[in-house]
Amino acid sequence: MLELSILLPAILNGLTTGAIYALIALGLTLIYGVLHIINFAHGSLLMLALYGVFFLHSLFGIDPYLALPIAAAALFAVGYGLQRLIIGHASHGKDENILLVTLGLSVIIENLALYLWRSDTRTIDTPYSFEVVDFGVAFIPVPKVIAFFGALLVAALLWLLMARTDLGRAIRALAKERQGAKLVGINVEHIFAMSFGIGCACLGVAACLLLPSFYVSPQVGHAFVLVAFTVVVLGGMGSFVGALLGGLIIGVTESLGGLFLGESLGQLGIFLIFIIVLLFRPTGLLGQRA
Amino acid sequence: MLEVRGLHAGYGQVAVLRGVDLDVAKGEIVALLGANGAGKSTLNNNLCGIYGPTAGRIRFLGEDICGAATDRIVDVGLIQVPEGRRVFPNLSVQDNLELGSYRRGRKNRARNLERVYGIFPRLKERMNQLAGTLSGGEQQMLAIGRGLMADPELLILDEPSLGLSPLLVEEMFGLIQRLNQDGLSILLVEQNVVQSLAIAHRAFVLEHGVIAMSGPAAALMNDPGLKASYLGM
Repeated sequence: MLELSILLPAILNGLTTGAIYALIALGLTLIYGVLHIINFAHGSLLMLALYGVFFLHSLFGIDPYLALPIAAAALFAVGYGLQRLIIGHASHGKDENILLVTLGLSVIIENLALYLWRSDTRTIDTPYSFEVVDFGVAFIPVPKVIAFFGALLVAALLWLLMARTDLGRAIRALAKERQGAKLVGINVEHIFAMSFGIGCACLGVAACLLLPSFYVSPQVGHAFVLVAFTVVVLGGMGSFVGALLGGLIIGVTESLGGLFLGESLGQLGIFLIFIIVLLFRPTGLLGQRA
Repeated sequence: MLEVRGLHAGYGQVAVLRGVDLDVAKGEIVALLGANGAGKSTLNNNLCGIYGPTAGRIRFLGEDICGAATDRIVDVGLIQVPEGRRVFPNLSVQDNLELGSYRRGRKNRARNLERVYGIFPRLKERMNQLAGTLSGGEQQMLAIGRGLMADPELLILDEPSLGLSPLLVEEMFGLIQRLNQDGLSILLVEQNVVQSLAIAHRAFVLEHGVIAMSGPAAALMNDPGLKASYLGM
Protein backbone atom coordinates (compact mmCIF):
# COMPACT_ATOMS: atom_id res chain seq x y z
CA MET A 1 0.00 0.00 0.00
CA LEU A 2 1.33 3.36 -1.05
CA GLU A 3 1.46 6.08 1.48
CA LEU A 4 -0.64 9.19 0.97
CA SER A 5 2.45 11.31 1.53
CA ILE A 6 3.78 10.04 -1.79
CA LEU A 7 0.48 9.79 -3.61
CA LEU A 8 -0.92 13.25 -2.81
CA PRO A 9 2.07 15.26 -4.07
CA ALA A 10 1.99 13.26 -7.29
CA ILE A 11 -1.70 14.02 -7.73
CA LEU A 12 -1.21 17.73 -6.99
CA ASN A 13 1.68 17.88 -9.42
CA GLY A 14 -0.40 16.10 -12.02
CA LEU A 15 -3.21 18.61 -11.58
CA THR A 16 -0.88 21.54 -12.21
CA THR A 17 0.48 19.99 -15.40
CA GLY A 18 -3.03 18.94 -16.35
CA ALA A 19 -4.31 22.51 -16.16
CA ILE A 20 -1.76 23.52 -18.79
CA TYR A 21 -2.74 20.56 -20.95
CA ALA A 22 -6.32 21.69 -20.55
CA LEU A 23 -5.49 25.22 -21.66
CA ILE A 24 -3.73 23.97 -24.79
CA ALA A 25 -6.54 21.53 -25.46
CA LEU A 26 -9.14 24.30 -25.03
CA GLY A 27 -7.61 26.14 -27.95
CA LEU A 28 -7.52 22.97 -29.99
CA THR A 29 -11.10 22.03 -29.20
CA LEU A 30 -12.37 25.55 -29.92
CA ILE A 31 -10.77 25.50 -33.35
CA TYR A 32 -12.06 22.00 -34.01
CA GLY A 33 -15.55 22.71 -32.73
CA VAL A 34 -16.12 25.72 -34.94
CA LEU A 35 -13.96 25.23 -38.00
CA HIS A 36 -13.80 21.43 -37.92
CA ILE A 37 -10.09 21.88 -38.36
CA ILE A 38 -7.72 19.47 -36.70
CA ASN A 39 -4.98 22.02 -36.24
CA PHE A 40 -1.66 20.23 -36.67
CA ALA A 41 0.13 23.56 -36.31
CA HIS A 42 -1.05 23.91 -32.71
CA GLY A 43 2.20 22.54 -31.28
CA SER A 44 4.46 24.69 -33.41
CA LEU A 45 2.44 27.78 -32.57
CA LEU A 46 2.89 26.96 -28.88
CA MET A 47 6.61 26.66 -29.56
CA LEU A 48 6.62 30.08 -31.26
CA ALA A 49 4.79 31.53 -28.28
CA LEU A 50 7.33 30.01 -25.89
CA TYR A 51 10.21 31.52 -27.89
CA GLY A 52 8.38 34.84 -27.89
CA VAL A 53 8.08 34.80 -24.12
CA PHE A 54 11.67 33.59 -23.81
CA PHE A 55 13.03 36.47 -25.88
CA LEU A 56 10.83 39.04 -24.17
CA HIS A 57 12.49 37.89 -20.96
CA SER A 58 16.08 37.49 -22.13
CA LEU A 59 16.23 40.57 -24.38
CA PHE A 60 13.93 43.02 -22.62
CA GLY A 61 13.79 41.58 -19.12
CA ILE A 62 10.01 41.27 -19.20
CA ASP A 63 8.71 38.78 -16.68
CA PRO A 64 6.72 35.94 -18.31
CA TYR A 65 3.63 36.74 -16.25
CA LEU A 66 3.79 40.39 -17.27
CA ALA A 67 4.26 39.28 -20.87
CA LEU A 68 0.93 37.48 -20.74
CA PRO A 69 -1.21 40.17 -22.41
CA ILE A 70 1.46 40.68 -25.08
CA ALA A 71 1.77 36.97 -25.83
CA ALA A 72 -1.98 36.42 -25.87
CA ALA A 73 -2.55 39.38 -28.21
CA ALA A 74 0.34 38.40 -30.49
CA LEU A 75 -0.81 34.80 -30.78
CA PHE A 76 -4.36 35.98 -31.38
CA ALA A 77 -3.11 38.13 -34.25
CA VAL A 78 -1.04 35.28 -35.67
CA GLY A 79 -4.02 32.91 -35.48
CA TYR A 80 -6.45 35.41 -36.99
CA GLY A 81 -4.04 36.15 -39.82
CA LEU A 82 -3.21 32.50 -40.51
CA GLN A 83 -6.88 31.58 -40.84
CA ARG A 84 -7.91 34.64 -42.82
CA LEU A 85 -4.92 34.81 -45.16
CA ILE A 86 -3.67 31.24 -45.54
CA ILE A 87 -5.81 28.41 -44.18
CA GLY A 88 -9.16 29.84 -45.31
CA HIS A 89 -7.91 30.43 -48.85
CA ALA A 90 -5.98 27.20 -49.23
CA SER A 91 -8.77 24.99 -47.94
CA HIS A 92 -11.26 25.54 -50.78
CA GLY A 93 -13.85 24.29 -48.33
CA LYS A 94 -12.36 20.82 -48.01
CA ASP A 95 -11.43 19.47 -44.58
CA GLU A 96 -8.62 17.26 -45.87
CA ASN A 97 -6.99 20.29 -47.49
CA ILE A 98 -7.03 22.14 -44.18
CA LEU A 99 -5.42 19.16 -42.49
CA LEU A 100 -2.54 19.26 -44.95
CA VAL A 101 -2.23 23.04 -44.81
CA THR A 102 -1.89 23.05 -41.01
CA LEU A 103 0.56 20.13 -41.20
CA GLY A 104 2.58 22.06 -43.79
CA LEU A 105 2.52 25.16 -41.62
CA SER A 106 3.84 23.20 -38.66
CA VAL A 107 6.74 21.83 -40.73
CA ILE A 108 7.63 25.31 -41.96
CA ILE A 109 7.39 26.98 -38.54
CA GLU A 110 9.40 24.27 -36.84
CA ASN A 111 12.24 24.26 -39.36
CA LEU A 112 12.32 28.02 -39.37
CA ALA A 113 12.78 27.85 -35.60
CA LEU A 114 15.55 25.28 -36.00
CA TYR A 115 17.27 27.50 -38.54
CA LEU A 116 16.94 30.68 -36.50
CA TRP A 117 17.47 29.45 -32.96
CA ARG A 118 19.10 25.99 -33.34
CA SER A 119 17.89 22.99 -31.45
CA ASP A 120 19.32 24.01 -28.06
CA THR A 121 17.04 23.67 -25.09
CA ARG A 122 16.69 27.01 -23.34
CA THR A 123 15.28 27.97 -19.98
CA ILE A 124 14.85 31.20 -18.10
CA ASP A 125 15.70 32.09 -14.53
CA THR A 126 13.21 33.99 -12.45
CA PRO A 127 13.44 34.93 -8.78
CA TYR A 128 10.54 32.58 -8.05
CA SER A 129 11.65 29.61 -10.18
CA PHE A 130 12.63 27.56 -7.14
CA GLU A 131 10.19 28.88 -4.57
CA VAL A 132 7.57 26.48 -3.28
CA VAL A 133 4.15 26.67 -1.69
CA ASP A 134 3.47 24.41 1.27
CA PHE A 135 0.13 22.66 0.87
CA GLY A 136 0.57 20.63 4.02
CA VAL A 137 0.68 17.35 2.15
CA ALA A 138 3.18 18.54 -0.41
CA PHE A 139 5.46 21.35 -1.57
CA ILE A 140 4.53 22.60 -5.02
CA PRO A 141 6.75 25.04 -6.95
CA VAL A 142 5.27 28.55 -7.16
CA PRO A 143 5.23 28.66 -11.01
CA LYS A 144 3.18 25.46 -11.08
CA VAL A 145 0.65 26.82 -8.61
CA ILE A 146 0.32 30.00 -10.66
CA ALA A 147 0.01 27.93 -13.83
CA PHE A 148 -2.77 25.88 -12.30
CA PHE A 149 -4.90 28.80 -11.15
CA GLY A 150 -4.02 30.85 -14.22
CA ALA A 151 -5.19 28.09 -16.54
CA LEU A 152 -8.43 27.65 -14.59
CA LEU A 153 -9.03 31.40 -14.66
CA VAL A 154 -8.50 31.57 -18.42
CA ALA A 155 -10.80 28.59 -18.92
CA ALA A 156 -13.48 30.37 -16.88
CA LEU A 157 -13.02 33.59 -18.86
CA LEU A 158 -13.24 31.65 -22.10
CA TRP A 159 -16.44 30.02 -20.89
CA LEU A 160 -17.90 33.44 -20.04
CA LEU A 161 -16.92 34.72 -23.47
CA MET A 162 -18.62 31.80 -25.18
CA ALA A 163 -21.76 31.87 -23.02
CA ARG A 164 -22.41 35.56 -22.45
CA THR A 165 -21.18 37.60 -25.40
CA ASP A 166 -22.46 38.02 -28.94
CA LEU A 167 -19.07 36.91 -30.20
CA GLY A 168 -19.34 33.67 -28.24
CA ARG A 169 -22.90 33.10 -29.40
CA ALA A 170 -21.88 33.74 -32.99
CA ILE A 171 -18.99 31.27 -32.68
CA ARG A 172 -21.27 28.57 -31.27
CA ALA A 173 -24.01 29.31 -33.79
CA LEU A 174 -21.61 29.09 -36.70
CA ALA A 175 -20.32 25.74 -35.48
CA LYS A 176 -23.71 24.12 -36.12
CA GLU A 177 -25.73 26.22 -38.53
CA ARG A 178 -23.81 28.13 -41.14
CA GLN A 179 -26.71 29.25 -43.30
CA GLY A 180 -28.70 30.49 -40.31
CA ALA A 181 -25.61 32.32 -39.09
CA LYS A 182 -25.22 34.09 -42.43
CA LEU A 183 -28.85 35.14 -42.38
CA VAL A 184 -28.54 36.94 -39.04
CA GLY A 185 -25.60 38.81 -40.54
CA ILE A 186 -22.70 36.89 -39.05
CA ASN A 187 -19.61 37.38 -41.19
CA VAL A 188 -18.46 33.79 -41.54
CA GLU A 189 -14.84 34.46 -42.51
CA HIS A 190 -14.39 36.93 -39.67
CA ILE A 191 -15.85 34.61 -37.02
CA PHE A 192 -13.81 31.67 -38.32
CA ALA A 193 -10.67 33.76 -37.97
CA MET A 194 -11.74 35.01 -34.54
CA SER A 195 -12.17 31.40 -33.37
CA PHE A 196 -8.75 30.46 -34.70
CA GLY A 197 -7.28 33.58 -33.11
CA ILE A 198 -8.83 32.90 -29.70
CA GLY A 199 -7.69 29.27 -29.90
CA CYS A 200 -4.15 30.50 -30.53
CA ALA A 201 -4.38 33.15 -27.81
CA CYS A 202 -4.81 30.24 -25.38
CA LEU A 203 -1.35 29.11 -26.51
CA GLY A 204 0.07 32.54 -25.75
CA VAL A 205 -1.28 32.31 -22.22
CA ALA A 206 -0.08 28.72 -21.86
CA ALA A 207 3.42 29.75 -22.95
CA CYS A 208 3.61 32.45 -20.27
CA LEU A 209 2.38 30.08 -17.57
CA LEU A 210 4.65 27.30 -18.75
CA LEU A 211 8.03 28.90 -19.33
CA PRO A 212 9.01 29.67 -15.72
CA SER A 213 8.94 25.94 -14.92
CA PHE A 214 9.71 24.49 -18.34
CA TYR A 215 12.02 24.90 -21.31
CA VAL A 216 11.78 25.82 -24.95
CA SER A 217 13.26 24.14 -28.03
CA PRO A 218 12.02 23.90 -31.62
CA GLN A 219 10.50 20.48 -30.89
CA VAL A 220 8.84 21.38 -27.62
CA GLY A 221 5.39 21.51 -29.19
CA HIS A 222 5.32 17.79 -29.96
CA ALA A 223 5.11 16.68 -26.35
CA PHE A 224 2.18 18.97 -25.67
CA VAL A 225 0.21 18.64 -28.83
CA LEU A 226 0.08 14.87 -28.73
CA VAL A 227 -1.19 15.00 -25.17
CA ALA A 228 -3.59 17.83 -26.06
CA PHE A 229 -5.09 15.71 -28.84
CA THR A 230 -5.60 12.94 -26.33
CA VAL A 231 -7.25 15.39 -23.95
CA VAL A 232 -9.59 16.61 -26.68
CA VAL A 233 -10.57 13.06 -27.65
CA LEU A 234 -11.01 12.07 -24.00
CA GLY A 235 -13.11 15.12 -23.19
CA GLY A 236 -15.12 14.95 -26.40
CA MET A 237 -14.29 16.83 -29.59
CA GLY A 238 -15.51 20.41 -29.31
CA SER A 239 -16.49 20.18 -25.63
CA PHE A 240 -15.08 22.89 -23.36
CA VAL A 241 -15.82 21.34 -20.01
CA GLY A 242 -14.61 18.06 -21.48
CA ALA A 243 -11.26 19.60 -22.40
CA LEU A 244 -10.82 21.01 -18.91
CA LEU A 245 -11.78 17.75 -17.22
CA GLY A 246 -9.77 15.70 -19.70
CA GLY A 247 -6.69 17.86 -19.16
CA LEU A 248 -6.78 17.37 -15.41
CA ILE A 249 -7.38 13.61 -15.74
CA ILE A 250 -4.52 13.24 -18.19
CA GLY A 251 -2.21 15.33 -16.01
CA VAL A 252 -2.89 13.16 -12.98
CA THR A 253 -2.61 9.96 -15.03
CA GLU A 254 0.78 11.01 -16.33
CA SER A 255 1.99 11.94 -12.89
CA LEU A 256 0.80 8.68 -11.28
CA GLY A 257 2.17 6.72 -14.24
CA GLY A 258 5.54 8.32 -13.58
CA LEU A 259 5.27 7.38 -9.93
CA PHE A 260 4.42 3.73 -10.50
CA LEU A 261 6.24 2.95 -13.74
CA GLY A 262 9.13 5.37 -13.57
CA GLU A 263 9.42 8.83 -15.08
CA SER A 264 10.21 7.72 -18.61
CA LEU A 265 7.11 5.51 -18.83
CA GLY A 266 4.83 8.13 -17.26
CA GLN A 267 3.03 8.85 -20.53
CA LEU A 268 2.14 5.20 -21.04
CA GLY A 269 -1.06 5.65 -19.03
CA ILE A 270 -2.16 8.55 -21.24
CA PHE A 271 -2.13 6.47 -24.37
CA LEU A 272 -3.74 3.53 -22.64
CA ILE A 273 -6.59 5.86 -21.73
CA PHE A 274 -6.62 7.17 -25.28
CA ILE A 275 -7.05 3.67 -26.71
CA ILE A 276 -9.65 2.68 -24.15
CA VAL A 277 -11.70 5.82 -24.84
CA LEU A 278 -11.55 5.21 -28.58
CA LEU A 279 -12.67 1.62 -28.07
CA PHE A 280 -15.50 2.13 -25.62
CA ARG A 281 -16.57 5.76 -25.82
CA PRO A 282 -15.39 7.24 -29.09
CA THR A 283 -17.40 10.44 -28.52
CA GLY A 284 -15.40 11.13 -25.36
CA LEU A 285 -16.62 11.85 -21.85
CA LEU A 286 -18.76 14.86 -22.73
CA GLY A 287 -18.80 14.75 -26.52
CA GLN A 288 -21.91 14.83 -28.63
CA ARG A 289 -22.49 12.52 -31.52
CA ALA A 290 -21.46 14.05 -34.82
CA MET B 1 -39.15 49.36 -51.03
CA LEU B 2 -37.83 46.23 -52.74
CA GLU B 3 -37.32 46.36 -56.46
CA VAL B 4 -36.03 43.42 -58.49
CA ARG B 5 -35.43 43.90 -62.21
CA GLY B 6 -34.37 41.33 -64.80
CA LEU B 7 -32.78 39.03 -62.27
CA HIS B 8 -30.86 36.08 -63.68
CA ALA B 9 -29.35 33.53 -61.33
CA GLY B 10 -28.49 29.88 -61.07
CA TYR B 11 -26.00 27.32 -59.88
CA GLY B 12 -22.94 26.85 -62.09
CA GLN B 13 -24.16 26.25 -65.63
CA VAL B 14 -27.77 25.72 -64.59
CA ALA B 15 -29.89 28.85 -65.01
CA VAL B 16 -32.75 28.87 -62.53
CA LEU B 17 -34.00 32.45 -62.70
CA ARG B 18 -34.36 33.90 -66.19
CA GLY B 19 -35.28 37.54 -65.85
CA VAL B 20 -37.41 38.01 -62.75
CA ASP B 21 -39.15 41.32 -62.02
CA LEU B 22 -40.71 41.79 -58.62
CA ASP B 23 -41.41 44.56 -56.18
CA VAL B 24 -42.75 45.09 -52.70
CA ALA B 25 -44.09 48.41 -51.41
CA LYS B 26 -44.00 49.55 -47.80
CA GLY B 27 -46.76 48.08 -45.64
CA GLU B 28 -47.67 45.30 -48.06
CA ILE B 29 -47.89 41.56 -47.80
CA VAL B 30 -46.70 40.31 -51.16
CA ALA B 31 -47.02 36.61 -51.87
CA LEU B 32 -44.47 34.88 -54.09
CA LEU B 33 -46.09 31.65 -55.23
CA GLY B 34 -44.83 28.76 -57.24
CA ALA B 35 -44.41 25.01 -57.34
CA ASN B 36 -41.38 23.16 -56.06
CA GLY B 37 -38.44 23.90 -58.33
CA ALA B 38 -39.93 27.07 -59.77
CA GLY B 39 -36.99 29.05 -58.38
CA LYS B 40 -38.50 30.57 -55.23
CA SER B 41 -35.64 29.60 -52.95
CA THR B 42 -33.04 30.64 -55.50
CA LEU B 43 -34.66 34.05 -55.73
CA ASN B 44 -34.70 34.26 -51.96
CA ASN B 45 -31.08 33.30 -51.55
CA ASN B 46 -30.06 35.88 -54.13
CA LEU B 47 -32.06 38.59 -52.37
CA CYS B 48 -30.28 37.81 -49.10
CA GLY B 49 -26.78 37.55 -50.48
CA ILE B 50 -26.23 33.83 -49.96
CA TYR B 51 -25.61 33.62 -53.70
CA GLY B 52 -24.77 36.37 -56.16
CA PRO B 53 -26.99 36.79 -59.23
CA THR B 54 -25.49 36.55 -62.71
CA ALA B 55 -27.38 39.55 -64.05
CA GLY B 56 -30.06 42.01 -63.07
CA ARG B 57 -30.69 44.58 -60.37
CA ILE B 58 -31.88 44.46 -56.77
CA ARG B 59 -32.62 47.71 -54.99
CA PHE B 60 -33.83 47.99 -51.41
CA LEU B 61 -34.87 51.31 -49.87
CA GLY B 62 -33.02 53.05 -52.67
CA GLU B 63 -29.78 51.14 -52.15
CA ASP B 64 -28.25 48.74 -54.64
CA ILE B 65 -27.87 45.44 -52.78
CA CYS B 66 -27.34 43.20 -55.79
CA GLY B 67 -24.52 40.80 -54.94
CA ALA B 68 -23.88 42.44 -51.54
CA ALA B 69 -22.69 40.34 -48.59
CA THR B 70 -25.27 38.89 -46.21
CA ASP B 71 -24.22 41.08 -43.29
CA ARG B 72 -24.69 44.26 -45.31
CA ILE B 73 -28.13 43.13 -46.41
CA VAL B 74 -29.07 42.49 -42.78
CA ASP B 75 -27.75 45.99 -41.99
CA VAL B 76 -30.22 47.64 -44.40
CA GLY B 77 -33.12 45.75 -42.81
CA LEU B 78 -33.90 43.04 -45.34
CA ILE B 79 -34.30 39.97 -43.14
CA GLN B 80 -35.04 36.42 -44.23
CA VAL B 81 -36.71 33.76 -42.14
CA PRO B 82 -35.41 30.77 -44.04
CA GLU B 83 -37.10 27.63 -45.18
CA GLY B 84 -36.35 24.84 -42.72
CA ARG B 85 -36.05 27.44 -39.91
CA ARG B 86 -32.26 27.21 -39.61
CA VAL B 87 -32.36 27.94 -35.88
CA PHE B 88 -29.17 27.31 -33.90
CA PRO B 89 -29.91 23.89 -32.35
CA ASN B 90 -27.06 24.03 -29.82
CA LEU B 91 -28.09 27.43 -28.44
CA SER B 92 -30.89 28.29 -26.04
CA VAL B 93 -34.07 29.97 -27.28
CA GLN B 94 -32.92 33.23 -25.71
CA ASP B 95 -29.45 33.01 -27.28
CA ASN B 96 -31.07 32.39 -30.68
CA LEU B 97 -33.18 35.49 -30.27
CA GLU B 98 -30.27 37.61 -29.08
CA LEU B 99 -28.27 36.58 -32.14
CA GLY B 100 -31.16 37.87 -34.24
CA SER B 101 -30.01 41.36 -33.29
CA TYR B 102 -26.32 40.51 -33.82
CA ARG B 103 -25.85 43.36 -36.30
CA ARG B 104 -27.89 45.79 -34.20
CA GLY B 105 -25.88 45.57 -30.99
CA ARG B 106 -27.75 46.00 -27.75
CA LYS B 107 -29.64 49.12 -28.73
CA ASN B 108 -33.21 47.86 -29.00
CA ARG B 109 -32.50 44.34 -27.83
CA ALA B 110 -34.35 44.33 -24.52
CA ARG B 111 -37.39 45.99 -26.06
CA ASN B 112 -37.46 43.65 -29.05
CA LEU B 113 -37.00 40.63 -26.82
CA GLU B 114 -40.00 41.68 -24.78
CA ARG B 115 -42.01 42.19 -27.95
CA VAL B 116 -41.10 38.76 -29.35
CA TYR B 117 -41.91 37.08 -26.05
CA GLY B 118 -45.21 38.98 -26.09
CA ILE B 119 -46.04 37.60 -29.53
CA PHE B 120 -44.83 34.09 -28.67
CA PRO B 121 -45.43 33.40 -24.96
CA ARG B 122 -44.46 29.81 -25.72
CA LEU B 123 -40.91 30.92 -26.46
CA LYS B 124 -40.71 32.74 -23.15
CA GLU B 125 -41.69 29.54 -21.32
CA ARG B 126 -38.83 27.78 -23.09
CA MET B 127 -36.27 30.56 -23.10
CA ASN B 128 -33.54 28.40 -21.55
CA GLN B 129 -34.27 25.28 -23.58
CA LEU B 130 -31.97 24.34 -26.47
CA ALA B 131 -33.57 25.28 -29.78
CA GLY B 132 -32.82 21.82 -31.19
CA THR B 133 -35.23 20.27 -28.68
CA LEU B 134 -38.21 22.42 -29.73
CA SER B 135 -41.07 21.09 -31.84
CA GLY B 136 -41.30 22.09 -35.49
CA GLY B 137 -43.95 24.70 -34.81
CA GLU B 138 -41.94 26.20 -31.95
CA GLN B 139 -38.84 26.30 -34.11
CA GLN B 140 -40.80 28.21 -36.74
CA MET B 141 -41.91 30.69 -34.06
CA LEU B 142 -38.29 31.00 -32.97
CA ALA B 143 -37.09 31.58 -36.54
CA ILE B 144 -39.66 34.35 -37.00
CA GLY B 145 -38.86 35.77 -33.57
CA ARG B 146 -35.16 35.80 -34.44
CA GLY B 147 -36.01 37.68 -37.64
CA LEU B 148 -38.06 40.26 -35.71
CA MET B 149 -35.12 40.85 -33.36
CA ALA B 150 -33.25 42.48 -36.26
CA ASP B 151 -35.74 45.38 -36.57
CA PRO B 152 -36.63 44.33 -40.12
CA GLU B 153 -37.86 46.81 -42.70
CA LEU B 154 -38.97 43.90 -44.85
CA LEU B 155 -39.34 40.35 -43.59
CA ILE B 156 -39.05 37.55 -46.11
CA LEU B 157 -40.80 34.42 -44.88
CA ASP B 158 -39.73 31.35 -46.84
CA GLU B 159 -42.33 28.58 -46.61
CA PRO B 160 -43.37 29.36 -43.03
CA SER B 161 -46.21 26.84 -43.16
CA LEU B 162 -44.04 23.95 -44.34
CA GLY B 163 -44.30 20.92 -42.08
CA LEU B 164 -46.86 22.45 -39.71
CA SER B 165 -50.18 20.85 -38.78
CA PRO B 166 -53.30 22.42 -40.40
CA LEU B 167 -54.22 24.11 -37.16
CA LEU B 168 -50.76 25.64 -36.79
CA VAL B 169 -50.79 26.71 -40.43
CA GLU B 170 -53.98 28.62 -39.70
CA GLU B 171 -52.31 30.29 -36.71
CA MET B 172 -49.22 31.08 -38.74
CA PHE B 173 -51.17 32.94 -41.43
CA GLY B 174 -53.11 34.80 -38.73
CA LEU B 175 -49.84 35.83 -37.16
CA ILE B 176 -48.39 37.04 -40.46
CA GLN B 177 -51.44 39.20 -40.96
CA ARG B 178 -51.13 40.66 -37.45
CA LEU B 179 -47.43 41.45 -37.95
CA ASN B 180 -48.36 43.24 -41.15
CA GLN B 181 -51.12 45.20 -39.44
CA ASP B 182 -48.50 46.36 -36.94
CA GLY B 183 -46.66 47.93 -39.86
CA LEU B 184 -44.24 45.25 -41.03
CA SER B 185 -43.81 44.73 -44.77
CA ILE B 186 -43.72 41.06 -45.70
CA LEU B 187 -42.68 39.01 -48.70
CA LEU B 188 -44.36 35.67 -48.22
CA VAL B 189 -42.85 32.84 -50.22
CA GLU B 190 -45.29 29.96 -50.24
CA GLN B 191 -46.67 26.92 -51.97
CA ASN B 192 -49.88 27.28 -50.02
CA VAL B 193 -51.70 29.30 -52.67
CA VAL B 194 -55.19 29.76 -51.26
CA GLN B 195 -54.20 30.83 -47.76
CA SER B 196 -51.42 33.07 -49.02
CA LEU B 197 -53.72 34.88 -51.45
CA ALA B 198 -56.27 35.29 -48.67
CA ILE B 199 -53.91 37.48 -46.60
CA ALA B 200 -51.71 39.03 -49.32
CA HIS B 201 -52.27 42.37 -51.00
CA ARG B 202 -50.54 41.38 -54.18
CA ALA B 203 -48.94 38.24 -55.53
CA PHE B 204 -46.39 37.02 -58.05
CA VAL B 205 -46.43 33.54 -59.51
CA LEU B 206 -43.05 32.12 -60.43
CA GLU B 207 -42.91 29.41 -63.08
CA HIS B 208 -39.73 27.94 -64.57
CA GLY B 209 -37.69 30.92 -63.49
CA VAL B 210 -39.92 33.69 -64.79
CA ILE B 211 -42.89 35.56 -63.35
CA ALA B 212 -45.89 33.97 -65.08
CA MET B 213 -48.61 36.02 -63.40
CA SER B 214 -48.81 38.95 -61.05
CA GLY B 215 -51.39 41.35 -59.71
CA PRO B 216 -53.71 42.02 -56.79
CA ALA B 217 -54.31 38.91 -54.72
CA ALA B 218 -58.07 39.07 -55.11
CA ALA B 219 -57.77 39.15 -58.91
CA LEU B 220 -55.33 36.23 -58.98
CA MET B 221 -57.64 34.23 -56.77
CA ASN B 222 -60.23 34.27 -59.57
CA ASP B 223 -57.77 33.81 -62.39
CA PRO B 224 -58.75 30.73 -64.42
CA GLY B 225 -55.11 30.01 -65.30
CA LEU B 226 -54.03 30.00 -61.67
CA LYS B 227 -57.01 27.88 -60.68
CA ALA B 228 -56.12 25.35 -63.32
CA SER B 229 -52.42 25.05 -62.52
CA TYR B 230 -52.40 25.30 -58.74
CA LEU B 231 -55.81 24.47 -57.43
CA GLY B 232 -56.80 21.70 -59.83
CA MET B 233 -60.04 23.42 -60.72
